[in-house]
Amino acid sequence: MHRFANPTQFMRIANAIYPWAAGLSAILFLVGLPVALVTSPPDYQQGETVRIFYIHVSSAWMMMVVYSAMAGGSAAFLIWRHPMANLVAKASAPMGASFAALTLLTGMLWGQPMWGTFWVWDARLTSTLILFFLYLGYLALGDAFEDSERGDKAAAILALVGSVNLPIIHFSVEWWNTLHQPSIIKMTGFTVDGSILLPLFLMLGAFTSYYVAVLVLRLRSELLAAKIRNARMSQVAVNQAAQPAE
Amino acid sequence: MSVFSTVLARDLRLALRQSADSLTVVAFFAIATVLFPFGVGPETNVLARIAGGVLWVTALLAALLSLDRIFAVDFEDGTLDQLVLTGAPLPVVVLAKVCAHWLTTGVPLILVSPILAVTLHLPIAGYVPLVFALLLGTPTVSLVGAVGAALVLGTRRGGVLLSLLVLPLYIPVLIFGTAAVEAALIGRASTPMLSVLAGFMVLALTFSPWATAAALRQAVE
Repeated sequence: MHRFANPTQFMRIANAIYPWAAGLSAILFLVGLPVALVTSPPDYQQGETVRIFYIHVSSAWMMMVVYSAMAGGSAAFLIWRHPMANLVAKASAPMGASFAALTLLTGMLWGQPMWGTFWVWDARLTSTLILFFLYLGYLALGDAFEDSERGDKAAAILALVGSVNLPIIHFSVEWWNTLHQPSIIKMTGFTVDGSILLPLFLMLGAFTSYYVAVLVLRLRSELLAAKIRNARMSQVAVNQAAQPAE
Repeated sequence: MSVFSTVLARDLRLALRQSADSLTVVAFFAIATVLFPFGVGPETNVLARIAGGVLWVTALLAALLSLDRIFAVDFEDGTLDQLVLTGAPLPVVVLAKVCAHWLTTGVPLILVSPILAVTLHLPIAGYVPLVFALLLGTPTVSLVGAVGAALVLGTRRGGVLLSLLVLPLYIPVLIFGTAAVEAALIGRASTPMLSVLAGFMVLALTFSPWATAAALRQAVE
């Protein structure tokens, strides 16, 4: 565990993973997208709109995975002061927020033809919206400090508080939903056919490996940015030492 | 225990000397509630239907506006650094400060809520559940809010940021607080919702002082 607190050690492994993740993602997208969007059979109930569902479920899956990565990274950062764990959490957050936004957007596009409305206060939709706000709060808090180290710690605490609250929020919303809207259309109504599973798993794999690949790229650029900042600061220090103030 | 009572007494004394602060929160609660009849129209049926929800939402917003009082002044004048340096258990200090916040904002909000409920034509059956739900829910609001208030210490635009951090976490309290009132209005028992609210309070009481203490430690570092 502590061996990977060293950025060089950590990046050696991350860089080794990167080509595999990027390649896998490219192949799965190249194969999966045509299968999911063109060649797979339309659903007998949902028709062609079932194609939205492949993107929708994959991004919903990623939105959960990324939040877990973020909470796990934040915990490792707060408990063991593991700097790379914090970088993972920080680099994941914008991606998680984007996946949540994509989930909401594709859900709305799917809801219009299927339910006849872009938005219903369904338990899942509402929970997803709240998760999106939690992501936004994490991003906003991390950016709000002059001193970026303080922002890191504050945002890490927030991520943990959010992960404790997430199940409570989800259960409350579900309960609220059944109280207010009994027997509204539920997404869990249809049985999943084998023809749906193949494109779904292809897209799930494509999204997950995409996340891993982009995460490594973001970690690289974060480390480079830190190096540039340090180099600039030492440059300023050298200049000031050479020319003492009058 | 002496740490708790000392901090509590100090915060209460300060709040009493600047009692205008508490009154402003109550005034905000009142004016925000009074806006709703203008927004949705003065029909008695409509107002009676939404009264519970309106009072809960405005109470949450009023409490939100007062959250920065818990730590912000102490952070600016250095008292907070002193409190951390004394070596007194920080979660206890936090608990005392949250207690003081609840006594000076939560309790006044609860006291005026029945009067505001009258202006919204809340049916008689709703009053007792409303007050009990607020009594059980507002401590959670103060406790969870304290975590947010500690996290935004030293930020630019702390207030707007605080609402983004804290309001999503208030949704469970809002759901069960409103449900307690609504259950009474349709002739059901509101005790299950009140029990859940009490459960939330116990959970918040268990976790929030530690999370707040961690946030304060990194704020004064």
